[in-house]
Amino acid sequence: MAGTVPRKLRVEVLARIEGEAGLDIAVKRDGRVEAHLAVFEPPRLFEGFLRGRDFREAPDLTARICGICPVAYQTSACQAMERACGVTVGGAVRDLRRLLYFGEWIESHALHVHLLHGPDFLGYESGIHMAADHPEPVVRGLRLKKVGNDLMTLLGGREIHPVGMRVGGFWRAPRLEAMRAMREPLLRAIDDAVAAARWTGTLDIPEFERDYLFLALRHDDEYAIVDGRLATNNGFDADVDAFERHVVEVHAQHSNALQSTFDGQAFLTGPLARFALSRELLSPRAKEAARELGLNGPCMNPFRSIHVRAVETIHAAEEALAIVERFEPIERAYVDVEPREGSGCGASEAPRGLLYHRYRIDAGGSILEARIVPPTAQNQKSMEEDLVRWVGAHPELDDERLGWTCEQAIRNHDPCISCATHFLRVRVNRE
Amino acid sequence: MRSRSIALVCGVGRRERGDDAAGPTVADRLALRAPAGVEVRVVEDDILGLVDAWTGRQRVVLVDAMVSDAEPGTVRRFDAKAEALPTVLRAVSSHAFDVGAAVELARALGRLPDSLVVYGVEGRRFEGGSPLSTEVERALDGVVERVLAELGGGGATS
Repeated sequence: MAGTVPRKLRVEVLARIEGEAGLDIAVKRDGRVEAHLAVFEPPRLFEGFLRGRDFREAPDLTARICGICPVAYQTSACQAMERACGVTVGGAVRDLRRLLYFGEWIESHALHVHLLHGPDFLGYESGIHMAADHPEPVVRGLRLKKVGNDLMTLLGGREIHPVGMRVGGFWRAPRLEAMRAMREPLLRAIDDAVAAARWTGTLDIPEFERDYLFLALRHDDEYAIVDGRLATNNGFDADVDAFERHVVEVHAQHSNALQSTFDGQAFLTGPLARFALSRELLSPRAKEAARELGLNGPCMNPFRSIHVRAVETIHAAEEALAIVERFEPIERAYVDVEPREGSGCGASEAPRGLLYHRYRIDAGGSILEARIVPPTAQNQKSMEEDLVRWVGAHPELDDERLGWTCEQAIRNHDPCISCATHFLRVRVNRE
Repeated sequence: MRSRSIALVCGVGRRERGDDAAGPTVADRLALRAPAGVEVRVVEDDILGLVDAWTGRQRVVLVDAMVSDAEPGTVRRFDAKAEALPTVLRAVSSHAFDVGAAVELARALGRLPDSLVVYGVEGRRFEGGSPLSTEVERALDGVVERVLAELGGGGATS
């Protein structure tokens, strides 16, 4: 489009423990749009210092990568090590693993839906600003988050960076009365999550669709969370050990983080991908809420991820309740895992997408090599493409509105940097 | 919900990050001396959980590290019930929601306790793995005494 007014938008770099992010958008005279999202991911450092550590330390060390999704790191690490050592964890211990992970989903999704992403749609600078006019969703979000926290404490010993998980299972089994005590809060959480989904249905969602390549774990019997096979929405299906043959990380000049492609294409992991590939396996009330929200098939509008997160929160609470209700006391919540020379990979579905780990260990259990591919790095290229298309489709927006909606477009994917995004400052410079 | 003590002291910060351990260290020392009816907590991470923690309390005292132009070890008292916390208490947070944000969220929701006093201790270093600086270490016993005075009902002076 010749004659376009050239523009530049810049989002300043921010440092947070989950990483740093910056955003540069340029609209050229010929109408082309360039978007560069630079994310620094601490896991790169972890891969280095994991070498030489004992294989049993990987879950607790990698959990420190992220304060919001430590269970994802622990789960992927445990499974990779168990696979390297030829051990499978199933039954009641796997149930507990899912329960802890659902706690993380509830906590993370509740925070994002109500306090990080929701305010965007109502035009508020932050959840705090929104709280004054709309206390109900904020209070509900905090209440849901607390139930997630309580599940984390029950199985992990504490809310943040839980320490209950170990390679092979858990250090100790929860007590029956403690599990039963979660029943009432989870019943309330289901109602709250349903209310949250309805609330997201009242939000004004921008019209915007992309033709995404989705990548998620898929499981025959459940909406995948702790494990599954790799699947895409174009028919790909493979064991997790195929991950590195298809997902290639490249270093983009503008970013300290590696960017991923799947068979050469940008792709997306996370709620939209999971929903597209496994929605028929959602819990009953989650399915019902999806129908009410008009989510009748794969959703290609990233702004609607808030709907899917709310639906997933219902699912997490319902599944958690089912696990709590069928729990019977167990003596031992782990299986023995003896080290052996070899490699193993593991993947699980963090709230914001697929998290892949691979380790090579020696016969004594020392880590020789570690590979961690977090969801934010995988989604980075798709996030940039979202921005290119969004900016290109909205030449009518003034700088302030364009900057606001670009930030919102980043938050659609709940990247690790979302903990800081409401403090992002967008500067617009005209050439 | 279990019944709550009317007073709560929160030491906010991370033990393993140099002077960010000021809050938890004060909490540790207060735990041994706190009067009956006063709950003492260390809050290392879930800052948003503070909103729930002080709901229904009459008196809450928070201790946190701060970064301003003051000399390391400087102690400042803020009445968070009366006004928003200054940004000096928000500069060293590595979370989406720092103490100042939690205060404002609680204020917006009408969930502030009857009294909310925050003590900020100026830090010098916050590197992971480093101990408390000498200046902050020297200041902490004084903070403990001032917090005890708060809990005794006597208002401390700035």
